[in-house]
Amino acid sequence: MTVTEQLSATTLLRFATAGSVDDGKSTLVGRLLHDSKSVLTDQLEAVEHASRNRGQEAPDLALLTDGLRAEREQGITIDVAYRYFATPRRRFILADTPGHVQYTRNMVTGASTAELAVVLVDARNGVVEQTRRHAAVAALLRVPHVVLAVNKMDLVDYAEPVFAKTAEEFTAYAASLGVPEITAIPISALAGDNVVEPSAHMDWYGGPTVLEHLETVPVSHDLTECPARFPVQYVIRPQTAEHPDYRGYAGQIASGVLRVGEQVTVLPSGRTSTIAGIDALGESVDIAWAPQSVTLRLTDDLDISRGDLIAPGADAPAVTQDVEATVCHVADRPLTVGQRVLLKHTTRTVKAIVKDIPSRLTLDDLSQHPAPGQLVANDIGRVVIRTAEPLALDAYAASRRTGSFLLIDPADGTTLAAGMAGASFAAVTGQDADGAALDDAEWDF
Amino acid sequence: MSAVVTVPEGTDHPYALSHLDSLESEAVHIFREVAGEFERPVILFSGGKDSILMLHLALKAFAPAPVPFSLLHVDTGHNFPEVLEYRDRTVAEHGLRLHVASVQEYIDAGKLRERPDGTRNPLQTVPLTEAIQHHRFDAVFGGGRRDEEKARAKERVFSLRDEFSQWDPRRQRPELWQLYNGRHAPGEHVRVFPLSNWTELDVWQYIAREGVELPGIYFAHEREVFARNGMWLTAGDWGGPRDHERTEVRQVRYRTVGDMSCTGAVDSDATTLDAVITEIAASRLTERGATRADDKMSEAAMEDRKREGYF
Repeated sequence: MTVTEQLSATTLLRFATAGSVDDGKSTLVGRLLHDSKSVLTDQLEAVEHASRNRGQEAPDLALLTDGLRAEREQGITIDVAYRYFATPRRRFILADTPGHVQYTRNMVTGASTAELAVVLVDARNGVVEQTRRHAAVAALLRVPHVVLAVNKMDLVDYAEPVFAKTAEEFTAYAASLGVPEITAIPISALAGDNVVEPSAHMDWYGGPTVLEHLETVPVSHDLTECPARFPVQYVIRPQTAEHPDYRGYAGQIASGVLRVGEQVTVLPSGRTSTIAGIDALGESVDIAWAPQSVTLRLTDDLDISRGDLIAPGADAPAVTQDVEATVCHVADRPLTVGQRVLLKHTTRTVKAIVKDIPSRLTLDDLSQHPAPGQLVANDIGRVVIRTAEPLALDAYAASRRTGSFLLIDPADGTTLAAGMAGASFAAVTGQDADGAALDDAEWDF
Repeated sequence: MSAVVTVPEGTDHPYALSHLDSLESEAVHIFREVAGEFERPVILFSGGKDSILMLHLALKAFAPAPVPFSLLHVDTGHNFPEVLEYRDRTVAEHGLRLHVASVQEYIDAGKLRERPDGTRNPLQTVPLTEAIQHHRFDAVFGGGRRDEEKARAKERVFSLRDEFSQWDPRRQRPELWQLYNGRHAPGEHVRVFPLSNWTELDVWQYIAREGVELPGIYFAHEREVFARNGMWLTAGDWGGPRDHERTEVRQVRYRTVGDMSCTGAVDSDATTLDAVITEIAASRLTERGATRADDKMSEAAMEDRKREGYF
């Protein structure tokens, strides 16, 4: 194998970290980057220089990601910072979300594209209110894999019972919210135990290090096991002498697998056809899967445009103008009952009105507050929305990509809220998260 | 060109995607979103590897139809001749439309003043902004990557700019899932960064996999250079070398391509793509740290330029 082939034979994992500065998050992130040799000399020199200017003795690795002047001046992280690192087995995109300023908004943003979330706790404190908040956001955003990193094990004499108690409590709580997979790892980010290298101090722990787990956790497979969804982005019609009749529907497969010869339904019209061909960026293929960008050709000449959804004839979503959802409010101005908004769902943007805000949720204890009248920045609440045109909407539990939407202010384009259709949490009463759960009986706070 | 989808080794799952396929699919999705939602998009094209990669991805995204965007080059007047030659050849080959905004014309007209250090990179902002306003471009594709620099790491994929092209990092729209919000008022535009999640190594690996042709200066060659601020600069009309600076012939290559006055070459014997990738994988310096004088000016140099409307 050439170097190129070797380096190309890796997959990509998007993950997010949650935890406050006190939990040692920056130290963990710094160590992952540093020990995987992803911090380069000039970056490290810049950090050392800046740390010295601030009178700090050791290089402050948070400065690697705090890119804005205001962040460096105030010593805080304002915004989600994306970091990139690689090992021979995998490439990583890390969404590092700040622990305090606009906390909910930033963690929701980071978790929205994450396939894994690392929640940090201080071994001395165990599961605290903030930990429950992190677990709730991961559960709400349906992050498939959650890692609990019990940090500062060196400060509790690497004692197994301390770890076991925290791990048990967290796992029970996260599982009750429907998090499908939880892995607890005892670490010391400062001393390097179980981050990249296995710890010499915790013989009782037989599991993977954080990096080993990140390298081996399965990715994207969840996407291909769901029914196929293909939001049409753009219609390709060259109308050239070479391709006079070519008509292809370009898009990224949101979930599932598509095959040539398959019967499909086009929504919202409900017309049916058959996949005649799949062009996968220059190569004709028989099969394609999420998240590939492809161009579909159908056997029939239908009226299909941007915003339509192509789905298997046997497994198409229902079409609706009434949306019940959980939203995270991300704008500075409030969202109120009766407000007119734009709703952006996959490749379709429609007019909509907020009919009701039945409740607001406190993440700390999952308590609900009925009829708040409005949602303000960083609030999470239930909303009832009526749209001007029908949407082919899935439950977010069934498909993160076709069950999510944005609410946008039509006046100036501000993104107001991030929405997730259907029930908020998967398994509070012990049901499985098979996506059948659009009904209110399951968990409707 | 190798197969479009390579199932990575070590994964037994039939529906795995390699990291390059994942990044390619994401970038293509972004290009198509812009084509679907904007009236007058343009690709910033310098003839550097990132803009060449953008064009390659755009060609794939819309095939067999032509790319529905034109190209815009901000010409500093100090460009490498090999790169301009590449630019013009590429435009002709794909039947594209190229707009050029010339820093030299702005200087000649007295609208911009040459800096004492001769560096023209910061001077590109005004011609860029005015070209966007003049042509009423509403979406402007840039090749910026978040791994390049820490201010860029805070950049969105869709980045809203006012009529002065200004970037306000504290008032950015949160970006969730793959739902990009491109709404903007008349006169405003959106900078779009399809390569946000690519690293330098990804770019090179993908170029190698796809067999994309690059200007020769990216590969090791003999060149007359002189040392300034710890970098090898090419002698030329732009103002180097000065009296006390001595030129010598060295075997070098460029990791980035920009204005000749502030883009340095690195010592290298990497004459092939594989050799370049091996060299980058082993390098302990970022490409900007190794080769860009303008980014060494201050801790916030890039943030300041971006706020003013720079790429």
